[in-house]
Amino acid sequence: MTIPHERHVLVVFPHPDDEAFGVSGTITTHIQQGTPVTYACLTLGEMGRNLGNPPFATRESLPVVRKKELQASADAMGLTDLRMMGLRDKTIEFEDDEKMVKMMTDLIEELNPSKIITFYPDFAVHPDHEATARAVVRAVRRMKDRPTLHGVAFANNTAEMLGQPDVVFDIREVREQKMNSMKAHISQTAWMLEEMEHKLQQGDTATENWLTKERFYHYRWHEDFEKSF
Amino acid sequence: MELVEVKKLQVQLDAFAGKDVYLHLETTNGSYASHFNESFFNAGAFIRNVVINYELGKVVGDSPHRVGLKLPHGWVYAQGITHYELDEEGRLLLAGHAGDGKLAVALEISETPFSY
Repeated sequence: MTIPHERHVLVVFPHPDDEAFGVSGTITTHIQQGTPVTYACLTLGEMGRNLGNPPFATRESLPVVRKKELQASADAMGLTDLRMMGLRDKTIEFEDDEKMVKMMTDLIEELNPSKIITFYPDFAVHPDHEATARAVVRAVRRMKDRPTLHGVAFANNTAEMLGQPDVVFDIREVREQKMNSMKAHISQTAWMLEEMEHKLQQGDTATENWLTKERFYHYRWHEDFEKSF
Repeated sequence: MELVEVKKLQVQLDAFAGKDVYLHLETTNGSYASHFNESFFNAGAFIRNVVINYELGKVVGDSPHRVGLKLPHGWVYAQGITHYELDEEGRLLLAGHAGDGKLAVALEISETPFSY
C-alpha cells in the first residue's frame, strides 16, 4: 500500500522511542512527500528502567539523555515540529481525563490534521499508551469533521479481536531512516537492536518484514471503546 | 554511580538525618512484565517529592544492600540497593540495578524538590 498524501499528520505517543518502532517509516515518508508532520510526545520516558549495570545514567539524569535522543530521532526522520508535552512517564492515566482531552483538542484545533496516528485503545499494553489513546479518541469523537484515525495495536489478543491490520504501508525506501530513528534512542534500544542485527544476518523474515512494513488499524467508530465520555 | 561501600554511604545518610528532605522511592517490574508473561503479577510503587524527616538512616547487609530510614512515627526502607551517587546538586541517589542493567529500585533524598 502506498502512503496517501495528507494535509497534515499529527502523531501522538507518550514515550520517546514509541515513534521509532511503529511509525518512523510512515513519518519519514510523509515528510518526504511534503506533508507537514507534528509529533507530540507526552513524556520524556523518565521512568525507563534500562540504565545499565554499571549504570550510564541516574533516575534524575535520564530525562536529559532521553530528550537528546528524542531530538536525534526527529532529526533522523526529518521531522521539524516536535512537541514535548511535559507530562511524567507512567502518570498519564492518573491525570484528569478532561485535561487530557483538552490537550489533544488544542493540538488538533491548532494543526487541523487530516490524519492522526496514536495507539489503539485497549490494544496498546502500557498504561501510558492506553491513556494517550483514550484521550485522542475522545477528542476526535467530539469533532464534527473527524480526521482519519490510525491506531497502533500490539496486545497479545490483537489478531483475535481486531483481525489483521487494515492499513499496511510499504516503507522499504526509508528503511535507513527507520533504523536511524531506532538507533537514536540507543539508551532504550541497544539490546533490541543487537538482537535484531543478529536475526537479520540469519535472514529472519519476521524481522525483515518489520523493517519494510508498518501496520495500522483504522479506528472503528462503530465499535467505539466506550459509549460516551 | 558507584557501587555501594557501606561506610561511605553511611556517612552520606547521616548527613541528611534530622532535616526536612524530599523523598523519591520507587520499585517496579516494568509495564510490559504481564505482556511478556501473562501469569506474572505486576506490582510496583512510586513516591516522589514527599517531605520526610528521619532521625536515623542506616545501610545494612552485603550487596545488594538494604537501606532503612527511621521516622518519628514510621519507617521508609528499600531493599536491593547496589549503587549510589551524591550528584552535582547535592542529592543522594541510591539505586538497585539488576544484572541485566534494569533499575529495580530507587531511593533518593534531597533538600530541594526533585523535578516534576
